Amino acid sequence: MVDLWSGLVQAFWLVVTFNSELVEIALRSLRVSFTALLVASLIAMPLAAILAVKRFRWRRVVIAVLNALMGLPPVVVGLVVYVLLSRSGPLGVLGLLFTPTAMVIAQVIIIVPLIASIAHQSLRDLWQEYHDLLISMNVTQMQKVTTLLWDARRALLTAALAGFGRAIGEVGAIMIVGGNIDHATRVLTTAIALETGKGDFALALALGFVLIALAISVSLAIHWLSRTEREGSW
Amino acid sequence: MSALFPVVLDSAETARRGQVLAGPVNLTLDGQGICVVLGPNGAGKTSLLRLMHGAARLTAGSIRWSCPTPQARRAQAFVFQRPVMLRRTVLENLAYPLRIRGVRRREAMQRAADWAGRVGLGGMLDRQAPVLSGGEQQKLALARALIAEPALLFLDEPCASLDGRAMREIEEILLAARAAGTSLILSTHDMGQARRLADEVVFMLHGKVHEAGPAHDFFNQTATPEARAFLHGDIVE
Repeated sequence: MVDLWSGLVQAFWLVVTFNSELVEIALRSLRVSFTALLVASLIAMPLAAILAVKRFRWRRVVIAVLNALMGLPPVVVGLVVYVLLSRSGPLGVLGLLFTPTAMVIAQVIIIVPLIASIAHQSLRDLWQEYHDLLISMNVTQMQKVTTLLWDARRALLTAALAGFGRAIGEVGAIMIVGGNIDHATRVLTTAIALETGKGDFALALALGFVLIALAISVSLAIHWLSRTEREGSW
Repeated sequence: MSALFPVVLDSAETARRGQVLAGPVNLTLDGQGICVVLGPNGAGKTSLLRLMHGAARLTAGSIRWSCPTPQARRAQAFVFQRPVMLRRTVLENLAYPLRIRGVRRREAMQRAADWAGRVGLGGMLDRQAPVLSGGEQQKLALARALIAEPALLFLDEPCASLDGRAMREIEEILLAARAAGTSLILSTHDMGQARRLADEVVFMLHGKVHEAGPAHDFFNQTATPEARAFLHGDIVE
């Protein structure tokens, strides 16, 4: 209990004094996770829409695999990305290992299945509703996709937020591919892991509270900006 | 415009998982005014409309429009029994068919507002369509179908579960569309509506066309006992 309390106190002081190190790693956390979210959304949402409107042979398999991959263990993803990006690996020439870019890549792989699965769920329901009308109107495959994505945007926001939550709280993969290097690839979660290992529970807890506060404020900000939960609007 | 007609259905049939929903249907329609498809529930009215529109698969026989089928499809619109509302505002719902045809946004919005006024939705342009009442939704669906100026409009029981006033408003819109030269094919089991609107009648039973002809003849000298029974309000099975 003492640890928890002193963690809270320390978190408070870190924040109000605008601790430069904290600001640095918090901003890096946000930057890495937002970039990963952006890239992942650009992949996952059109994919989800195509899976909803297009009937092809392996559709069910793809959906089942995507659903299964939601539970992809981050450590394994980190390991695979590490092997791919390491100097002797196939993408070693790019020199990306232990950079924020490597962390983004790992996080994209982790959250694409999550975002695609959640998005597909709501797009499929919406497609069922729209199917007859859009077929009757002779819209092109592309128009179906854009119509669904636009009209389901509120639900897609939830999918994106889930992806962001997973990305910003993730530690296993980015620890491996980023290396938790001070001033280069250290982010909130890897710093927490480090401080816990060092036995500085108060600082670790403080960073943890900052992380949670950050995640909540991002979610609130996005909800507020997009004005969800208003009656009669999607 | 009416290069679509006559349309000839030759032993046309639609089936799903081996079960025949409608057909085989032999029918020729010349698209003059309003053709009313009558019949009890499950007679295949909806299936026939969907089949002609191309929304149900043609599993046997043929449907020949007077122009190439893709062109015919583009000149048609369909209003469903339960209107499908896009999760958008009334105005955006109306503009949608124009937008997907590449009409510019400003012009689409102007025409949408104009049509909203014509069907009495002028005061609710910015309301979300899914929260409208049943009658308002059906009027919106109707305006949305007519806005792209189809040569042929299918309506699948457009007034089921609507009250008298909403029904009258919808029928007025339909009559205005007929006057403007649009062909209409409408299914209903409301006898009164059929009498008010029909120029031509197709009476369906058990998935097949039982009797077809000009409305005046159908209502006054019905040829078959089943159709006569249906007209008298008896239960036809």
